[in-house]
Amino acid sequence: MARFIERHPAWALIVIIAVAVLLWLVFAIWPPGLEAAIGRKRLFLNAVLNGITLGGLYFLVASGFTLIFGLMRNVNLAHGSLYLFGGYIGYAISTWTGSWILSFIVAFIAVALVGVILQLAVFRRMEGQDLRQTMVTIGLSIVFADLMLWVFGGDFYQVQTPSWLIGPVQLPLLTAIKSSGEPVYLQYPLVRLVIFAASVVIGIAMWLALNRTRIGMIVRAGVDDRDILAATGVRIQLVFVLVFALGAGLAGIAGVVGGTFQSLSPGEDTRFLLASLVVVIVGGMGSIPGAALGAVIIGLAEQLGSVYIPTYAIVVTFLIMVVVLALRPQGLLARR
Amino acid sequence: MSLLQSTQFRPDPTTPTTRRALIRAWPEFQNPVAWLVALILVIMPLIANGFFLIEIFATTLILGIIALSLMFLAGYGGMVSLMQLTIAGFAGYMVAVFGVSGNANISLGWPWWLATPMALALATLFGTLGGALAVRTEGIYTIMITLAIGAAFYYFTNQNWAIFNGHTGINTVATPHFWGVDWRADIAFYYVTLGVAAICYFAVQYVSRAPFGLALQGVRDNSRRMAALGFNPNAHRIAAYAFAAFIAALGGVLQVWNYRQISPGSVSVGACIDVLIIAVVGGITRPIGPFIGALIFVLLRTFALDVLIKFGLDGNRFRLLIGLGFLAIVFWSSDGVIGLWERWRRRSASSTQRSDGGRHG
Repeated sequence: MARFIERHPAWALIVIIAVAVLLWLVFAIWPPGLEAAIGRKRLFLNAVLNGITLGGLYFLVASGFTLIFGLMRNVNLAHGSLYLFGGYIGYAISTWTGSWILSFIVAFIAVALVGVILQLAVFRRMEGQDLRQTMVTIGLSIVFADLMLWVFGGDFYQVQTPSWLIGPVQLPLLTAIKSSGEPVYLQYPLVRLVIFAASVVIGIAMWLALNRTRIGMIVRAGVDDRDILAATGVRIQLVFVLVFALGAGLAGIAGVVGGTFQSLSPGEDTRFLLASLVVVIVGGMGSIPGAALGAVIIGLAEQLGSVYIPTYAIVVTFLIMVVVLALRPQGLLARR
Repeated sequence: MSLLQSTQFRPDPTTPTTRRALIRAWPEFQNPVAWLVALILVIMPLIANGFFLIEIFATTLILGIIALSLMFLAGYGGMVSLMQLTIAGFAGYMVAVFGVSGNANISLGWPWWLATPMALALATLFGTLGGALAVRTEGIYTIMITLAIGAAFYYFTNQNWAIFNGHTGINTVATPHFWGVDWRADIAFYYVTLGVAAICYFAVQYVSRAPFGLALQGVRDNSRRMAALGFNPNAHRIAAYAFAAFIAALGGVLQVWNYRQISPGSVSVGACIDVLIIAVVGGITRPIGPFIGALIFVLLRTFALDVLIKFGLDGNRFRLLIGLGFLAIVFWSSDGVIGLWERWRRRSASSTQRSDGGRHG
């Protein structure tokens, strides 16, 4: 952090000012002039929270994507299909057993198994041929999409939120002061906050696993140079399978999350594939903290964009990607 | 390794120099099969009725042109761009926006001879800018970035009502009418697409053998060495994107004339990927590949329903069939249908020919 400030004082200043403005916007009571200019504070706070929680969901999808890419150089364009598959599995389990938690576990295991099969049966056979692997994932995504359309049809599904998570919760964030002087606090759906907290926990757990354990050390070494790693006697194929299973399983969990606070339908797979692509391009390919940063940026941009400039929301996301590519082609937090 | 040299005709030393130069530039002229195919294509309106002429052959040629632009980038430049259909769609939208259409509040109503060049220029610019963005990274990153551009454009057309008219798109786009000919009438339109396809095909052939194309192939094979030799790899790549964007834009203009309407569905992510499938299935080492791939794709798309039902299967599983076919091609022949054909021919014609491993990418 200190090094960043030393090396890029101008950028650090811009970032600090932006954060300060954001904090002021979140915590202060807005003066009437500001409310007249850009609308109610409640709207803004809702958009920010929606953006951050959506960022949590994007992080779950993109972290698996970036992990697989970082280690195996495999641009898994079937990642969106894994997401959707996990969502459908979660939906089936939660309607069958009525347990929301169980649906996460089953979705993780089922999609991780699909990942293991893919890695063993397909990608292992064409190791080192990046382009061909990517083509194969495109083919797989088409096949998966059609199979899922076949089984589940074109309907919208929504995973049932468990009763203990339904309903809003009051946050200690002021939105306005009533004329009687009574403060008005923000109400926000509990389920989104819980899911966001869970994705933060998963993110931290992944970071710890990558930076503090032996397996994590092997994976990090593999990201840097997998040939040398293999030469040191690590059973790299096993590591590949494990990482692919973990990445796919995370996509499966994300599917259940997405199915809970949005909905599942054909086409969601491409949407989330695009989201993870942009997140990973912005954050830096192969970097978990990068995925987290990119996910929050893209989630915020999407939600704030859709509130304040509805017709051009997607352009904002895209512009962020363009700016990052122009200034820092390797992504914000990539090391190279 | 050069895929081209390995397939180039080796001239007989006794032929005169001028003729030899011509043959070296255009080896197709020596190939009787090429002449036969050309003849069949020219007299097609005598053989096929309106449905086959437009729905099968004109559509094939249009998709082939768009896939050809991808083939040029992927085969000679080593850059797999998934935004070629997006460029084509952008050109189509621009034709609809600048020209005459049913949505009078959007279309500016320019005559076609003004609207079409405008659309081509804007789409080429769009493709060049996208390319300039994509060349900032390399290899598989290109796929990700161009896919992101394509998807962003798709969602943008869905959201934007001022220019792109949201998800309904722009309907009843006017088609050119001059010299007393309705150029959208079946036979005339077929010849227009055939002419444009032929021009694009030969242009790609020519460029691939011109100094620029050879330098581009050098950049594909070893950009560092090319840079050391004094070439500017990124400038070559961006120029390749510009050339490919122009070809894709031509395809897009033809496509909007063909369907007379354009909507976000025409630039969806699935459609972008279809173009990649067409090029890969046909083979991305030779300009003829995309047209073969397009023919297979269009035939499958048109008749898979009937065939599947005839076998007692669910007719809606066309995309499954396409996906599995694509997987099979990627698995067993890295050079698409052309590669399979070459391999089969080499096997049957024993070992007189030079062996070349059809590598791509």
